[in-house]
Amino acid sequence: MSLILDHVSYTYEAETSMEIKALNDINLVIPDGQFIGLIGHTGSGKSTLVQHLNGLVRATEGAVYYNGADIDDSDYNKRELRSKVGLVFQYPEHQLFEADVFSDVCFGPKNLGLPAKEVELRAYEALKLVGLPDDCFYQSPFDLSGGQKRRAAIAGVLAMKPEVLILDEPTAGLDPKGRDEILGQIKRLREETGITIVLVSHSMEDVAEYVDRIIVMNQGRVMYDGTPREVFKNYRELEEVGLAAPQVTYIMHRLQEKGLSVDADVTTIKEAVTQIGMALNGKKG
Amino acid sequence: MLRDITLGQYYQTESPIHRLDPRVKLVGTIVFIISLFCMKNLLGYVCAAVFLAMCIRISKVPFKFMTKGMKSIIMLLMITVVFNLFLTPGTPLVSFWKLTITREGLRLASFMAIRLVMLIIGSSVMTLTTTPNNLTDGMEKLLNPLKKIKVPVHEVAMMMSIALRFIPILLEETDKIMKAQMARGADFESGNLIKKAKALVPVLVPLFISAFRRANDLAMAMEARCYRGGEHRTKMKPLVYKKADYIAYLILLFYFAGGICIGRLTFGI
Repeated sequence: MSLILDHVSYTYEAETSMEIKALNDINLVIPDGQFIGLIGHTGSGKSTLVQHLNGLVRATEGAVYYNGADIDDSDYNKRELRSKVGLVFQYPEHQLFEADVFSDVCFGPKNLGLPAKEVELRAYEALKLVGLPDDCFYQSPFDLSGGQKRRAAIAGVLAMKPEVLILDEPTAGLDPKGRDEILGQIKRLREETGITIVLVSHSMEDVAEYVDRIIVMNQGRVMYDGTPREVFKNYRELEEVGLAAPQVTYIMHRLQEKGLSVDADVTTIKEAVTQIGMALNGKKG
Repeated sequence: MLRDITLGQYYQTESPIHRLDPRVKLVGTIVFIISLFCMKNLLGYVCAAVFLAMCIRISKVPFKFMTKGMKSIIMLLMITVVFNLFLTPGTPLVSFWKLTITREGLRLASFMAIRLVMLIIGSSVMTLTTTPNNLTDGMEKLLNPLKKIKVPVHEVAMMMSIALRFIPILLEETDKIMKAQMARGADFESGNLIKKAKALVPVLVPLFISAFRRANDLAMAMEARCYRGGEHRTKMKPLVYKKADYIAYLILLFYFAGGICIGRLTFGI
């Protein structure tokens, strides 16, 4: 039960003057239940990559396997794949179209050909999962606030009960409060359902706190792949490609340079607090 | 899928045709289209085809790019050909059931097909080698005399340039929305015509909303920069004819005169 990318390459506008190699020989294994952060600068190929995972874009070279089957086989059921690998696009609120939020969320499960009862049940569950208040359910999606719209759109994908959920920049264009709410909601979702999540972002700060594994993309290639700890060790190299480690990493490195005996590779504020506390107490004692 | 529509798209490269004044290309395209409809025999069309092939060659745009645009009009082409083929009166060639193919019909249908194909390719040579901005600049300048009879030339040109500018943006947007709905299990391919049309609702609603939003944003941005129409407006890069443009006009004149002469000589098909 996993997604495997085997030597995947993708070229936009092949054989024209505008040819761009968006992906270059990507090899990845996404096992069940992992929370992955996919990080990269604008144009690093991360959005193109996630569209390969549910068969929206076909690899120019290489193959994608879901649960052991090649998704580009002519007899592979792409619609079923898309219900198993849910993809929430950037600015997903731009895809809302129904007269009320509830019917919009029903769109996904209805397309799966489920009975009406099941469709409504799933829609209700999904809206609950994203924490949208009940009085929003029968409002027009266009009357909601930005953060609420986005949650309604995420619910639209969740209602299909995917096994893998991919979110492409779910926090883009939201204010800090909206961002924390969405990220918190995603974390809770993962704790409650245990589904595999791929979170695409260009902000290290966003993902460092939540994910088990970080994949860093640069110019269509995988640059780093490992736990946040391992990846942020390379913070100088990350800076060179226009990314940055979380602020804690910098503080800890500076403290270490100043002679405080702390573990400089911590990635969250919580860990940092414990580390500094221990170091200071150790000095006194 | 939608990227295949090349009508109104610009192909970036460096070529003498790209460098020509947009007015030359506009006049050229119009002259070419007129010549297509004036010709009455096959030799004339050979002439036009050679001229077109030369333009494409010089423009350095891959031929594949132009034929890509043909896919979208293939239906129109088929209908035109079929109607002309069966509904033209004249000497019958073949007849079955209630349908008769006449000699005149065959001739007319094939000429119509040739005309349409060359018309599309000819105008795509212009759009592929000229940026939308340049194109409307040229149009504005060409139509300038009409201002005397109170035609709002600048405004029309501005609207055209905005419309052209938005084609690729809206195409991209459509592509994105379709993908997003496909990710939610939408199916645009199977089913009968009514089902297919219904399947487009989830695409069209968001598309219209985004188009209105964009239009609103653009209007706001233009107002913020004090845009107020054509009166007393100057250009950073005014259009000026260069030597190459005069040469191009000469070639055009030569083609037109030659093409019409050959095309209208009457010696059968």
